[in-house]
Order: sequence, then C-alpha cells, then structure tokens
Amino acid sequence: MIKAILVFNNHGKPRLSKFYQYFNEDMQQQIIKETFQLVSKRDDNVCNFLEGGSLIGGSDYKLIYRHYATLYFVFCVDSSESELGILDLIQVFVETLDKCFENVCELDLIFHADAVHHILSELVMGGMVLQTNMSDILARIEEQNKLQKQEAGISAAPARAVSAVKSMNLPQQIKDIKLPDLPQAIKDLKF
Amino acid sequence: MALKMVKGNLERMFDKNLTDLVRGIRNNKDNEAKYIAQCIEEIKQELRQDNVSVKSNAVAKLTYLQMCGYDISWAGFNIIEVMSSNRFTCKRIGYLAASQCFHPDSELLMLTTNMIRKDLSSTNQYDAGVALSGLSCFISTDLSRDLANDIMTLMSSTKPYLRMKAVLMMYKVFLRYPEALRPAFPKLKEKLEDPDPSVQSAAVNVICELARKNPKNYLSLAPIFFKLMTTSTNNWMLIKIIKLFGALTPLEPRLGKKLIEPLTNLIHSTSAMSLLYECINTVIAVLISISSGMPNHSASIQLCVQKLRILIEDSDQNLKYLGLLAMSKILKTHPKSVQTHKDLILACLDDKDESIRLRALDLLYGMVSKKNLMEIVRRLLGHMERAEGSSYRDELLYKVIEICSQGSYQYVTNFEWYLTVLVELILLESGSRHGRLIAGQLLDVAIRVQAVRTFAVNEMATLLETYPVTAAPNGTMQEVLYAAAWIVGEFAPHLDGPERTLAVLLQPKPVAGHIQAVYVQNALKLFAHLVGEAVRQRDGAAIERHCQTLAEGLRSYLSSADIEVQERASSVYFLVVLLRESLGGGANQQHAAAPVADGGLLELTPDVPGEPGDGGGEEARAAPDEPVATGSGGHYPGAAWDEIEQIATDLQGLFASELNPVAPKAQRKVQLPEELDLDEWINQPPPSADASSADGGSSDEDKFPLFLTDGGRGGGGGERETNGGGDGSRSYKRIEYTQEELDKMRQARLLEQTNNPNYLKPAKTKKASGGDYHHQQQQQQHDCYDDIPIAEIALEVPLQIHSTKRSDKYLMDAERATRVFVGKSGGRKEKGEKSGKKSKRRGKKSKRYSDESDSESDDPKPLHVVNTVIELPEGAILSDTEDKNNADPNDPHRALDIDLDAPFEDDYPQEMKRKAANQRSVMLLRDGDGQTAKTNRNPADDHHPGGTTTTDSKHRSRRRGTAAATERSGSKHADRKHTDRSDEQQQQQQVDGGGAGREKQKKKKKSAGKERPDEADAIMLMIDEETPAKGRTAKEKEKRSKPPKDGGAANEVVEDGDVKEKKKKHSKKSSKHHHHHHHSSSSKKSGYEEMPAQSLGGVSKDAI
Repeated sequence: MIKAILVFNNHGKPRLSKFYQYFNEDMQQQIIKETFQLVSKRDDNVCNFLEGGSLIGGSDYKLIYRHYATLYFVFCVDSSESELGILDLIQVFVETLDKCFENVCELDLIFHADAVHHILSELVMGGMVLQTNMSDILARIEEQNKLQKQEAGISAAPARAVSAVKSMNLPQQIKDIKLPDLPQAIKDLKF
Repeated sequence: MALKMVKGNLERMFDKNLTDLVRGIRNNKDNEAKYIAQCIEEIKQELRQDNVSVKSNAVAKLTYLQMCGYDISWAGFNIIEVMSSNRFTCKRIGYLAASQCFHPDSELLMLTTNMIRKDLSSTNQYDAGVALSGLSCFISTDLSRDLANDIMTLMSSTKPYLRMKAVLMMYKVFLRYPEALRPAFPKLKEKLEDPDPSVQSAAVNVICELARKNPKNYLSLAPIFFKLMTTSTNNWMLIKIIKLFGALTPLEPRLGKKLIEPLTNLIHSTSAMSLLYECINTVIAVLISISSGMPNHSASIQLCVQKLRILIEDSDQNLKYLGLLAMSKILKTHPKSVQTHKDLILACLDDKDESIRLRALDLLYGMVSKKNLMEIVRRLLGHMERAEGSSYRDELLYKVIEICSQGSYQYVTNFEWYLTVLVELILLESGSRHGRLIAGQLLDVAIRVQAVRTFAVNEMATLLETYPVTAAPNGTMQEVLYAAAWIVGEFAPHLDGPERTLAVLLQPKPVAGHIQAVYVQNALKLFAHLVGEAVRQRDGAAIERHCQTLAEGLRSYLSSADIEVQERASSVYFLVVLLRESLGGGANQQHAAAPVADGGLLELTPDVPGEPGDGGGEEARAAPDEPVATGSGGHYPGAAWDEIEQIATDLQGLFASELNPVAPKAQRKVQLPEELDLDEWINQPPPSADASSADGGSSDEDKFPLFLTDGGRGGGGGERETNGGGDGSRSYKRIEYTQEELDKMRQARLLEQTNNPNYLKPAKTKKASGGDYHHQQQQQQHDCYDDIPIAEIALEVPLQIHSTKRSDKYLMDAERATRVFVGKSGGRKEKGEKSGKKSKRRGKKSKRYSDESDSESDDPKPLHVVNTVIELPEGAILSDTEDKNNADPNDPHRALDIDLDAPFEDDYPQEMKRKAANQRSVMLLRDGDGQTAKTNRNPADDHHPGGTTTTDSKHRSRRRGTAAATERSGSKHADRKHTDRSDEQQQQQQVDGGGAGREKQKKKKKSAGKERPDEADAIMLMIDEETPAKGRTAKEKEKRSKPPKDGGAANEVVEDGDVKEKKKKHSKKSSKHHHHHHHSSSSKKSGYEEMPAQSLGGVSKDAI
C-alpha cells in the first residue's frame, strides 16, 4: 500500500499532497516538512530509499523518492510494494505529466494542481496501484478531458475569454474593476 | 431565470479562478496569510451563490488551499453539493476536494450515500470512476456496508475501467466492513482470470494485500497464482504474485519446492531488475521455509548470493541498498554463504549514503569474529563521532552493543576493553535513547564476568563522579547511573576509594527518582562495607566518621519528593541512628548530648530534615571523638564493641550473598502453586500491619523489584537471631513472633515446599535459587573462577591522551600481542592452559562456531570469562516460546481473518449472502470448465437488486437456505450442459461439494482449520498433476508453460528454449510502457535507469 504521495520543490513548498490515510491539515504540513528535511539533505547520487520519517509510517514504511530538477516526488510505501517497482511508477507518473503538459515544469504543477491530482488518480487509487500502462493512462485522461470540454461548450466561452484576457497580463486595475452596479441593475429590472 | 443565468455567468467572469488564486498568492509573498484570509472570505461569498459553477470554482480553490495547510472541512456541505452536480467537471472537482479533506469519521458522509450510489450506477463510466476514486479515500464503515453491493455489481461491469476500479475498491470495503469479504471473495477470485490484464492485476493486488496479513486463508489460490506466474508478462503483476508466494511459502513448504525452479528460471532470464530482485527475495523465503530436505538448495543459495553480490557491487546505489537488504535475510539462516562476502559488506560501512550504511550495519552482526571485533567497533565509534543526526548515531550505538553482546559475548575477548567502549559510548552520546540498554550491559558484564569486576567497579566509580548530570536530560542515558551506582554498591569490596565513592553517591544530584533510590540503597551497601572494614581494624573513629557522612548525606534524600527515595532514605537513616546509639552508648557515655542529639534526630520527620543546629551539634560532638578514638577501639568497653561488631556483621550480612543473573523470562516461568492464593492473607493482619514482609523468606523475593530484594534476601538467608535487623522499617512488625514460632513456621513452609511439585527446589541442580544452598553453591562457583587469571594490562601511558580513545589502546595491545604471538607460539599455549576451565565451559559453543570462520584457530584467546549460569525455574528452558500476541488490536486485518474455503455461515448479512451464493455457484462452474463459464452465467443472478427487494420471509428462510441454494443453482447450471462429458465430472464435483458443504456447515468453521493439511495436499496435487476437470486446451497450454517436475535433462533444454522464446515474444510485443522492463540482455542496468530522467530538468520553463 502507498500511504502518501508528496511532491514538493527544492525549498519544501508542497506542489501536490495526497494522503491515503487521514491526517489533519497541521499534521499533513508537519509530515511534508519532515519528509522534505529528510530527503533534501541527501545527495543526488545516493540511493532513493529512505527509512524513517517518525510522523508517517513506522518501521514497515519506506520513503521512496526521485528528484527531478526542482521537484521531489516522494512515495511513502509499506513493505508490500516493490521498491524498484515504485521507482518505476514515479517515472511513469512523471512521464505522464510530461505528456499531458507537454514538457512539464514546476509551473505546470503549481497552476494545475487539480489536473495533476486527476492524472495521479488514474495511476493510484486509494493507495493501491491502479494502472501502470502509460498509453492506457493517457487515453483515460484524454477521454475525461474531452468530456469536460464538451460540457463546457459554449457556456464556458465567456469565462475562457476572460481568463485569456487575464493571462495577457493586463495592468492590475482591469482585474480589479468590479461591476457592482451591473448585477444590482439587473436585479432592479426584476419586479 | 434566464436573467439569473446571465448574471451568474457575468459574475463568474470576474471571480478569481484557481489560476488567479495561485498567482495572487505568489504575488503576495510578504503577507500571504492576509491575502489568503481575504480569498477565503471571497470563497465563502461564492459558496453562497446558487450557481454550481461558481461553487465548484470556489471548491477548486479550497482544494488548493487545503494543500497549503488550511482546514477546509467547514465547507464540507458545499463540497457535497458540488459532488452531486450532474456535470462531470463539477463532480470531479467535488470528489477531489472530498478525497482531500473528508475522512472516515466525517459526519457529513451520511449525506452522501445515495448520491454516491447514483454516481456508481451512472451510464457515464467516468462519473462512476471519479466516484470510486474519491470514495477510496474516505470510505467509512457505514458507506462500506451500504455500498458494498453496488461496488460488487461494478466488479462485473462490462467496462474494464470500472471493473478494475471496483476490484481495488473492494479492498477498502473489506477493511471497513469485513463481513463483505466472504460473499465477495468468489467474484474476486474470478477476476484473477479476467480477460483484461488491468483487472487481473487489480485483483492480484487486492488478494496480495489481503494475504499479506492472513496468508493461510489464501493458500488455496496457489494454483491460480502459479499459473499466472508462469504465463503472465506483466511485470507489475509478476512482482506482486512473487511477493505473495513469499508470504505463502512459510505456511506450505511444498509450495516452495515447486516454486524454486520457475523462480530460478526467472532469475536467469529476466532483464528487469525489479523482477529479479523480488524473485531472489522469494527464493530466499522459500529456502528459509525449507531449511532441510532439498538436495540442491545450496545451489540456489549460491545463485542468490551471487546475484546479490552483483547488485551490491553495482554503481547504482539503489541496487546496492536492496542487495544488502536481501543479504540480511539470507544471513539469518545461511550465515556462512554471506560471510564469504565480508569484504564487500565491510566496505559498505564507509559508504557515503546513510541508508546503505544502515543496511550494512544490519549485516554486521554476522560478520564479526573474535579477531576483527575490536577493529570493527573502533570504526563504528569513529563513525559515531563524525555522524550527524541523532537517530543514526543511536543506531550505531545500538549496533555496537548488539555485535558485542551477541551469543553471550562470544566474540569479546577482553572485557576491560568492552567496558571502556561502553563508557566511551556513554560520554559520546548523552542524548541517546539506549541508556537502559547500556545500563543493562554494564550490569551484565559486572555480574557475569568476575575477572573484570575490580576494573568495572572502579570505572563506574569514576563515571559516577564525572558524568555530567543535567536537570532535564533529552535521552535516557542517565539510566547508566542506576547501573553504576548498583555496581559500586554491590561490589564495594573491589573499590579503590570507597569513602570517596560514598561521598559521591550522597551528593544530591538532579537525577530521576528511581536512580536516586538506587543511590540510597547502594550508599547503605557501601556504608556496610566501610563499617565492616573499620570494625576489622577496630577503628571506632572511622565508624563514627562513616555514620556522620551517611547521616549528613541522607538529608537531602529524606526530603525527596519521590516516595521510594524518601522511604529508603529514612530506613537507612534510622539504621545509622541505631548503630550510632550503640556507639554512643558504649564509648561516649560521658557525652550525654549524643543520645539526646540522636533522639532529636529520631523525632525528625522526614519532611523537616536537618535543621542547621543538628549538623553543627553533630560535628561538634564528633570532633572531640577523633583524637580519643583514633588508634584503637580500645576505648570501647568490650561488650559495647561486641555489639558494634555484631551490628556491623549483620549489616554486611544483608548484602553478603552473590547475585546470579536471572534469565529474562524466569519470572514468568515460575508456576503459581495451586494452593497459593495471592489475595489471601498469609497471616491474619494485626491492625495496620504490613503483611507483605511478614515472612521475609526467599519465596517472597519475586514480589519485589530488583533492588528491594536485597533486604528480603538478607532476611531469608541469614539464620541470625534478629532475623536481619537490616530489614529496617519494613520488618518491625515481625517482633510479634518468637524465634520458636518463626522456626516452626519455617519448618512447615519448607515441608510444604518440598511436597509441592511446582516449587523450585533448591540445591538439586545448578539452577536452583534461594535459600542457604544458594550461598554455598555460589561459593562453589566462585571458587571455579579463582584460578582464572585477571588480565594485566600494561599501562604505558598513565594518563589518557585526549586525541585517541581509551578503547583503542586495547586494540593496539591486541595487535601487538598477535605480532609477538606470531613470533613465538609457545606463549599462547600457556595462556590457553590457564584459561582451560573456561574453554571447557565454552567447549560446546566454540565447537559450534569453530568451523564458521576460516581463521578461527588464529583468533585471540579471550582474557575474561562470561558466567553463563543464569537462574531459571526448574524444568524451564530458555528458548521456550511464549505466545506473543503483540498484533495491533486495531488492525482491520484481524477481522479479515476468515476461512474463505469453508462454506458460508448464517451470520452474514442476508442480501449479500444470497447474492454470494449465486456467485459461488457460478464460480464452481467456472472452476470446472474455465472457457464456458461466461456463457453460463445467469445475468439475472448477478444483477439482482439485492437489499432493496429482500423481504422478511426470505430473512426467515435464510437459515436453511445457503447450502441448498448453492446446490440448487449449481445443478441447474449443470443440467443445462449435461451433454458435455467434462461437465459431468464437474457436476459430480459440485454435488459432492454441496453435500460436503452441508455436512461441514454443521461442524462449523472450527473444524476447518484441522482439515487444512488435506486441502494443502489437494493444492499441491493441482500444481503437480492437471486437475481432471480442466479443459483440454487449458491443459495443453499449461503443460507448455509449466516447467517439468522431474527435470529430465532433455526436457530441461526444451523447456529453457521454450521460455526464452516466450520471453523474446514478450519483449517484442510488450507495450511502450514496459520497455524499461525488457531490454537487451547485454545491459545489466535496471530499466528505470534508462528513463529520461532529465525530462523535467531539460525543459524547465522557468525557475521559480
């Protein structure tokens, strides 16, 4: 079983946290912090397995991680998982992200944390490995995205336009313009 | 309405979406908290809107904030609203938020049951998929019970995607609602042979998780797994299956024998390191389970060790780590094979990677010998000095002790060295958690190695003096003071400066209460020793002086907040007063002040200790004594001196007899005599009596913790008139009995004890305990050791040099000794003769170990002897196992320990059971003729609405129903196909099964366990021979893939070729994803190495 999947950057900022066992938010942050401290002090050329982590797990649990550029991908697993298998799984995860975001980088994870969650949920479900075949995973994700697009349809067009405008990095003021009177006016139209 | 829509959309346009939130947080790094608080306010506004898109946008933002550590459970209800949206986009957002913040105890979950049920049965497979993913994170017991049927229905969905998810989901259901396992199991088993590999893999995954905790219930699946193992190409699944076999083999060694060959083939053929590694692991597990009776199992061990060596030598640190991990498993049963790779493992001790060093440490205990122990420990101590991180240092400390103490210190040749190492460890690591362990070692060595006692006692005296005590220690290292104090007290005669040590013990120190108590007790022991010495020299002044020191020193203990310390201190205090009275009464009658002063002290309650006046008075009184008393005790009248002598002897008698180490489990092994009622009064208590010490006999010893026994033993062992005045405050009640009465009682008790078969009789064997015999026997033992030479260590350097550790000295000495020894071999022979006694004692042991090391004959001879006698009740054996039920009572798997092969019981929820009965019949059919079962299945059975239509009458008829239903539906299916010959067999089987089932049901599950061996036989048969019911095609297929069981040479060649050919095919057609598992055999590297690890690094768009 996988107990938790954490992604954080070189400074310990969480980019994704998925716990398959309940911890409250404070505890989650502590675990992330502890895990970061454990992992970040290790050189890049040492092994990718780590015992310990007093907060999460115990003797039966291991931290298995990979370090890519600015990001750490950490899986906390028990002894029923194969160590090398989990390393492969992390690789599959990262490659899937790479396919979905086209040359993934930390920014993609920052701005699309929800999408990352959706991708992860096609690999791991409730702490158990669901699918390791990347083409299958990609197909599922693609279909769901298509579904989402269909639903959005025309009704989402204005929102998309606005977000496009926002992305154009217009001066802050435009974003801050509120139209308080418009809804009010509409309301007034009602009898 | 339309206007409302427009308005909603317009508003939404300018709401912050997730991207805006993230950007905002990044732009407000300085006042992030404030910004987020503001955003949460906005989110609350948005959640109040009716538009579900607005809401889901808000929930999406909340999910992000949750990751940043903000509690979002307050929005639980809104999350459920979003989950219940008809739109997939919103649903997905809702379920994601739920999976992140709901937990099984959330009360809100009650509201979700019907919504989730609806989603599970949605026509859109992704609605159901999203629901399953979310549910897997927060499923509760109630949800499990209510949704179990719906999820089971999905297990036979036409969509592989849903089947796969539902299968995995069932595991979560089992954990929360164990009753679902029985009815769902047949279906789960069926999924092992699902046409879709992902579903298959999921089913294997679930069964592996289940079997990990309760392997015996899944033995019957071994044939299916065996088939999967030999046919599957999915490395993920293979790894899981092989891991599962690793868990099953300890229960069924015959399974292991069958496994060795295919696994060995896999080891030779696979190029995927992950698979190779798991194969090795399972082969090791197999070899452990069949430690004997395999003709060629040394070959398998060799193969494993060889492969592991390759892993350890690999430059890839991951493989090195795993190699060491697997080695440690082999080490337990086949130490010799691992020892040949000693060089490799010792080299790993210096690896820069802590994980690898830790693994190498695990192996170390198998690598040490008498010759290299000192060297290895020196290296470990060096590591400890350099290492950062207290946990690693602690681990090192633990390992040092572990490798030194293993096998009753079989590798330690010089205990002075060992004690020095221990002291160094103490000073090196004051924050350690292993203080108790070191304390135990100190005590053990001091007690069991008589020859080193003098050294130990003086080391401990120094330690007591120099150990820096802090008021708030961050570890348990202070525990060593407990051991040190006990050692200096118990073996006081060995002390160089007992007076000084007494003073040290009496210095008030901020140590824990139980340690202070030991200080007090051992101050008394030291005092007794000192007084005895003084009496021998007839030195009255010295006695007075010692009384003075003790009485003064006890002051602070008298007022201790710890009740134990206070009690002991006052006992000791009044003992001193007693002694002083006789001193004062005899010699200094002219000092009328003395008894008065003592009287004053007597009146002192412990909580008002020593007013300054008292001390002053005593000093004043003591001062004039000295000039008079020094020189000789002649000043005391003869009678008074006799009395003093008597008291001193009695005092020493308290602590005279030797303590033997007691086996760890000895206490528990003592049988409670049948007629002993611990709640009964031994003697009718006089009002306010302290009954516990009424007969301070040796039988009472067990009732007291370690150090309290001193008093009890003294009382029981001594036949003195006063019956051990030293029992102090605890024994005063005993005066009520006359000596005659006491003797009578003692006689009666002894008689009873001899007649009682459960009582430990003294003096019959060496293991006897208690009583006077004990003392004699101790004496004998002690005599044996007199002729053992005490090592003389030439102290070339009088003071320790700071730069090198003291323990290094011994290493250098040893090295020098070997060098000298190589020169002239005569010297060693002498040494050997000297310690002849010892080698005889250890003869057996050394014989056992003599062949394990290539150079055992060159090993240095031990300088000191370990006393291996330990106290144990008669008839008890050290290795006796005890049922340790240390399993976690909260582990959900305990409830999942269900015998799945036994027929159903009545105690299952009705709707599930009925359903399961149908499924079971289908299963039986499928077992019979794998191919055709699918057409046979009655869809109506499977998709029965279940619980909703269940009526009460069915409820009532349930009792008889199950087995009958099984049979009925089974034969119904069979009837349909009775033309087929193989089906006839199968029908036969089924009817048999049904009949047997009914009979078994009467016997209930209790008997099921006993039948296990037969079942296991059947399993083996199924692997060995084809089951008669197997379809012909399946038979052929399996034959091809199955390795020949008798291993004829020609057969083997064919087989190998076959396997290779297959592998080739696999690698060709294997999907892209698996390319890293299969690559050219020339490459040794594991696949994951080849993955484009720079995919992130090379393309990073922007550094943050």
